[in-house]
Parts: sequence; structure tokens; C-alpha cells
Amino acid sequence: MSPRAQVYILAAILALMGAGLTIYKNVELGFPLLPGEYRTVWTIEAKVRFTADGGPAKAALTLPREQRNMEVLGETFSSSGYGFNIISEDDEYRAVWAKRQASGVQSLFYQLDVHQTPGAALEQPLDLSTQVVKPLLGAAEQEAVRQAIYSLVGSARERSSDTSTFTSELLTALSDNRNQDSNLIFGYYKNRSFVDVALLVLAAADIPAHRIRGLYLEDDRRRLDPEDLLEIYDGKRWIVFEPQSGSPGVPKNFFIWQRGGKSLLDVEGGRNSGVTFSVISNDVPARDVAMLSTSQEKEALVDFSIYSLPIEQQSIFKLILLVPVGALVVVLLRVFVGLRTSGTFMPVLLAIAFIETQLFTGLAIFVLILILGLWIRFYLSRLNLLLVARIAAVVVTVVILMGAISVVSYKLGIEQALTVTFFPMIILAWTIERMSIVWEEDGPYEVVVQAGGSLLVAVIAWWVMTNRYIEHWTFNFPELLLVLLGFIMIVGNYTGYRLGELARFRQLVR
Amino acid sequence: MHLPSFFRGGLVSPFALRKLGVLGMNARNVHYIARYNDRDKYPIVDDKLNTKRQAKRYRIPVPELIAAFETQPSRTRVMEVIEPLDKFVIKPARGSGGKGILVIVGRDGEHYVKPSGNQVTALDIQRHVSNIHSGLYSLGGKPDRVMIEALVDFDPIFDKYSFEGVPDIRVIVFRGYPVMAMLRCSTHDSDGKANLHQGAVGVGVDLATGKASHAVQRGIRVDIHPDTQMPFSDLEVPDWQELVRLAASCYEMTGLGYLGCDIVLDRKRGPLLLEANARPGLAIQIANGVGLRTRLEHIENMDLEQLEKNVDERVAYSMDYFAAKPLAL
Repeated sequence: MSPRAQVYILAAILALMGAGLTIYKNVELGFPLLPGEYRTVWTIEAKVRFTADGGPAKAALTLPREQRNMEVLGETFSSSGYGFNIISEDDEYRAVWAKRQASGVQSLFYQLDVHQTPGAALEQPLDLSTQVVKPLLGAAEQEAVRQAIYSLVGSARERSSDTSTFTSELLTALSDNRNQDSNLIFGYYKNRSFVDVALLVLAAADIPAHRIRGLYLEDDRRRLDPEDLLEIYDGKRWIVFEPQSGSPGVPKNFFIWQRGGKSLLDVEGGRNSGVTFSVISNDVPARDVAMLSTSQEKEALVDFSIYSLPIEQQSIFKLILLVPVGALVVVLLRVFVGLRTSGTFMPVLLAIAFIETQLFTGLAIFVLILILGLWIRFYLSRLNLLLVARIAAVVVTVVILMGAISVVSYKLGIEQALTVTFFPMIILAWTIERMSIVWEEDGPYEVVVQAGGSLLVAVIAWWVMTNRYIEHWTFNFPELLLVLLGFIMIVGNYTGYRLGELARFRQLVR
Repeated sequence: MHLPSFFRGGLVSPFALRKLGVLGMNARNVHYIARYNDRDKYPIVDDKLNTKRQAKRYRIPVPELIAAFETQPSRTRVMEVIEPLDKFVIKPARGSGGKGILVIVGRDGEHYVKPSGNQVTALDIQRHVSNIHSGLYSLGGKPDRVMIEALVDFDPIFDKYSFEGVPDIRVIVFRGYPVMAMLRCSTHDSDGKANLHQGAVGVGVDLATGKASHAVQRGIRVDIHPDTQMPFSDLEVPDWQELVRLAASCYEMTGLGYLGCDIVLDRKRGPLLLEANARPGLAIQIANGVGLRTRLEHIENMDLEQLEKNVDERVAYSMDYFAAKPLAL
């Protein structure tokens, strides 16, 4: 295979790999392609309150299980003075707070951040008992109530074709306050909630059903009580119903806390217990959401990447990942334009320094150091030193100059110039050395042209590297470096003319 | 560099250049240097001491080497070597682009005189030697060796066409066939240097006759030397065939397929190989007003038998085939 074909094949493979990983990260892991995307994260706080009796106290709160349409990003528990742990009980997780001696009003908090994943399936298989405990509608219940229940069940059964539509009908009838049967039932069960009554009627109709506790996620709600939904079993699967309207499906924004009828909170050694919820929404950068949700699943692509590094190293990598982009700019400018610079990739290092210092401060500092350095270098050259010693002397001079610039500018109140330390000193010293040779051999004009060329490339590289899209892509999709690598390889195969040559050889045409 | 002239004259279409067979830098690097020049043969041309050694083996005449310092020489050692000399050249073995070459043409008491008339002291020379040795002029700053060469006794034929400097002839040799030649004449403008982009005049030389066919300074066609006012139409390189033969034989010597040979004319010894270059520049096209690519492709299309001809056959072929079209100068 010819080297050229190899280049194209290799470049194509690299580009495909890079693009594939990028798409995977975007689609599957939710990393945003564009910077500045925000996702809504709900912070839900459950507050357990009870009055302790003075002896040992223990509170157990059922925790929400994982659900497909809501991604739990993080949980915190706060409970001063309480021992805390999480136990698993019948497929449910419960937070247990315990204390040897407690008296007075106690408050315990559990807070979690969730993010709604759009488009994910709502339901999931659930392994709950489908046993129906027939309600005992014995002597305690009046004949009239019993009749009313069976009449409701009967008319709903007539107006439906299957369990699902039956439930719908039944719930509609129950919530209809012109319906005499339902009025009678509610009149009898005055102190029971709607869902309790609905569960009773469903049990009478021999349909497995249970309660779902949860919350409607609406911004800035405080002291919410949990709301209930109904879930019935139609013989094959569980279907959720909104009890008041009787419509199937989990309502939008509903966060399911607990499925199944067990208690939400158990308190031992206390009275007047209760749980209230508060909900706040905040907009969080989409990347952070993706990071949080993938870090829990230990996604290999994320777990074995720079994201697993400490934040400080990550910010260094943010800069390092921009270097290939700068290199690409240099390659493009050399191969397609034909710009020459002093030191092939020196402009990239300059551009990185400019990122830290801001462009104009950086330019000013660079030119200042170059001029002062050249001036000192001319004196040094008269001292007849060995080259390595002379360059080392220039390095020391550059460092002293940097220090001086920092101190003087700080005293003058120009804080910007303090960033001078980001300049690569050794590179500056070599640049000064080479420039002084160019000065001696080709004259000051050539120095201006070469330094100008390097600065031009550095400014263009800076401009590209500070582009917010480029910054976003290089850091969040480092896989794109493979695409860039493939692209550079293809550019390396370009054998056409450079822009500069179109001017250089123009005499040949005329 | 090119920037000022870049803006002055505008651009031409790449298709026009392609049609004329002009070779661009990218195409040179990928199609010719990468393909025909083996990496392992670079040291022969990149290190001038190696070039000299190899040239001796192939009986190619070169300027006389007086001394070479492998390690950092002591001051007394440098003085020992240059004390008896009037004229000499100090150069780095691995310098690039003519950098770091110090030419001394005479003595004035304690001082040494450069071609421009400027004087330098013994101390300056010692510093220069130390700079070369530290790698200031070599690629990548690697420690370098110092060569002291006898100054070529230039053939006075070019005195009329050169200002202060050293005229040399560059011949491009492709797979053993000389394909193009030019003479580089320094000017006042170029400060005695033979670099075209610094303002030296590039004179295209007809491969068949050794006569000037075309001359260019800073991208603009000229008929007379700007300093001496001599017309280039009268210029003819003596010993031309011998010179072309010398260039062609560098192919065997270096084994490089795409090669630039820099040759100077000595008054007594005739053509001498100054150095060989594995990455010769493209300015020769401007000097000749002709594109290189057509000629290179002609040779690439030859059959194997033709490529195995000996030096004399190749020289004869090139001088015949690449003769300049009659062009009124």
C-alpha cells in the first residue's frame, strides 16, 4: 500500500474513532455539544419532624429508588447528633437515624438532587405482590355503603373493556361529586383520603393496586406533603393512574418517592411525626449534570479520563489540550500560507501565555521583554562568554525583568502585568538569542519581520484557542484530538502551492 | 522575508503556476525530498566535514581544509592555526542557510579584514569559534564542529558581476541528471551575501552553454548588475561542461536523488564543490524563469536503463535536453 493511501486510511480510522466517541458521549452520556447548555436540576429536601419522648429515638424514612426518568445526581443527609445509616429492606432503601437520648422537637434532613432525563421510559418492571386482600365489608359497614361500592364497580365494569379502562372509569366516578354512590361512600369514610377509598374500592373489585407516594416538581415549593398516585396491575403489568382525573401514566414532573403501600416514615420514641418536602429548581451547566450522573455509574470513558483527575490538574489539562489546536494553526499557516516564524512551535507557547495574560498585556510584555533582552544580550555578546553560559545569563536576565515588570506594574496599579510569570522563560531567552543572531547577520529589519511573523501566528493561534467552542470541545471531548490528528495527517499530504508562493512565483507567469 | 513584496504584486492563480510546471514547497517536500532522499544519507551533506571526506573519495575537487576542531579548542590552538594565514574561512560543519560563515580576506596589523572592509580582532574570531562549537548555528542547537578552510582564489571572471561577495553556482541534480542551474551574484543591496531573498541577483544559466539566460533581483527581472552595471547577456561561465559534470557526479557521491550542489570557480583549480544540499530551495525557478516540475517529471518518466547511465552520458543528455530556449536577454 502506498504511504499516501495509508495516511488516508489511518486518518479516516482516527477520525471515525474520535467522532464515534464524541457522538457516544453526546447521545448516551449527555455531554452537551455546544457550550452554555443548561439543565434543570431539582433539589428536593425531605424534613422529618417529631417530638421526642426523652428516651431513645429512631426514625426510618423510605428513600426513593432509582428510576429511569429521573437521575439522582447526589444525596446529602444531615442529622446532628444522630447515628445514621442506610438499610435495605424488601427491595427498598431506608434511611435510619437513631439516638440514645432525645427530647423536644427533632428535625432531620435528607436532600437529593435529581435531573429529569427527557424521553426516558417512565415505567419499569416492579416485583411487587399482586395479592389482593379483599376488604372486609362486614357488619361495621352499612348495607348502603356496601351497595354503593358494588354499584360503582358494576357500572364501571359495564362501561369498560379491560382493567385499565375499568380503573379509569371507576376513578372518574369516584371523583365526580354528583355521583350519589361516591358521595355516600365518602360520607361514610370521612376521615379517609381519596386514594385510601379508591384502593378500597379497587380491592373490592379484585384488582391488585397500591399507592405511589411522590412529589410534583415545581419551583420554590415549601412544606409540601407527599402526594399519592395509584398503581394497578392489569394481569400483565403495572399501570400508574392519577387518582383525581383517572388518567393513566405518571404525570409530568412527578417524582416518585415510594412505590407500594408501606409506610413512608416510622418513628420510635417520638410523637407528632411527619415528613414535609421542599423543592427548588436550579439551572446547572449540562456538562456538570453529565459528569455527576456518569461518575456514579463509573462509565469507563469518563472514569479513565482527565475528569478523574483533581480539579487543579484538570485546569492545567484544559490548557494542554489546547496545544494541539495551536499546533494545527501553525501547520495550516505554514502549509497553506507559508508564514515563517522563529522557532516552529514557539508561537503556540506564546499563545498559551497570551491566554493567561490577556492579549494586549501579553503582547506588550512580550515586546518589552524582547527589546530589553536584546539590548542586554548585545552587551553580553561583548563579554566573550560561552554560548550556554550566555543563554543562561539571558534566562536570568529575563527572570529579573519579569520580576521587575511585576513589581513596578503592581506599584503602578496595573494588576494585569502580574500575569507575566506565564511566559515561558527559556523559550524567551532562546528567542532573544536567535533574534540577536538574526540582527547581526540580516539586520534589524529582518528581526522585526520575523518577530512580527511569530507574533502574528501567536495571535491567530490565541484567537482560535480562546474561542469558546474550541475550548468546550477540546476539554469535554478530548476524543476530538483523534479527528484533529487525522486532519493534520491529511494536511501533511498536501502538495499544492502555498499562498505565499502564488506571490513569490508570480514573475514566472507574467 | 516575502511580506513586503507579497503585498506589492498581488497573487497569481495556482492553476497558472501548475501549467507552467512550477514546483511548490509542499510538493518539493513530499514528492521529491521525502521520496528520493534517504534519511540515512543526510549526514553526508548536512555535515560539511563528511561532504569533504566523501568528495575526496570520489575525486571531486573541494576547497582545501586547513583545520577542523572536534572539541572546544583552546585560544592558543585557534591562534596557532590562523596565525600563518592571510585569507581563510571559518564555518560550522553543520550550519544551515550560510549562517555562521566568517570570511577573512586579509590582515591589517593586529586586525583581520572581512570582505566588506570591516575589521575584526583575534578575540572576535575566538568568540566566533566558540559560538560555532556551542551549536549556535547548527540545527537544534547541537554542539558543532569548526572548520577552517582556505579561501577560494576566485576566478576573476565574475568580479564584474559581484559586489563584495562570493559568486557561486547552484545546480539542481535529480537522479543524477543536472536539471537547472543558476549563478548567485551578491549586490550592495544584499550586503555581499548571495541569498536571493536578501537582494542578491539570481542569474539563470543555460545548461547547454553556461551562458546567462535570465536574471532576477527581488522577484523583478533585471538586465544589468545593479552595482557594476554590467549586462548579464555577456556572462558566460567558463569550464561549463566540467562544472556540470562535477555536479552530476555528486549523485554517486551522496546517493541523494534530489540534490542541490553549490559550486565555486577557483582561478587555478577550476570548479570546486563548496557544499551539497539535500533540501535545495526553489528560487532557482525564479532566476531561470522556468518551472522545475516539468523537468523533474521528464526524468521521473525515464525507464530504468536510462537512469543507470554513467556521469558523462547523463551530462550530455541534460545539456542537450534542458538547453534554454533561445531567449533574447
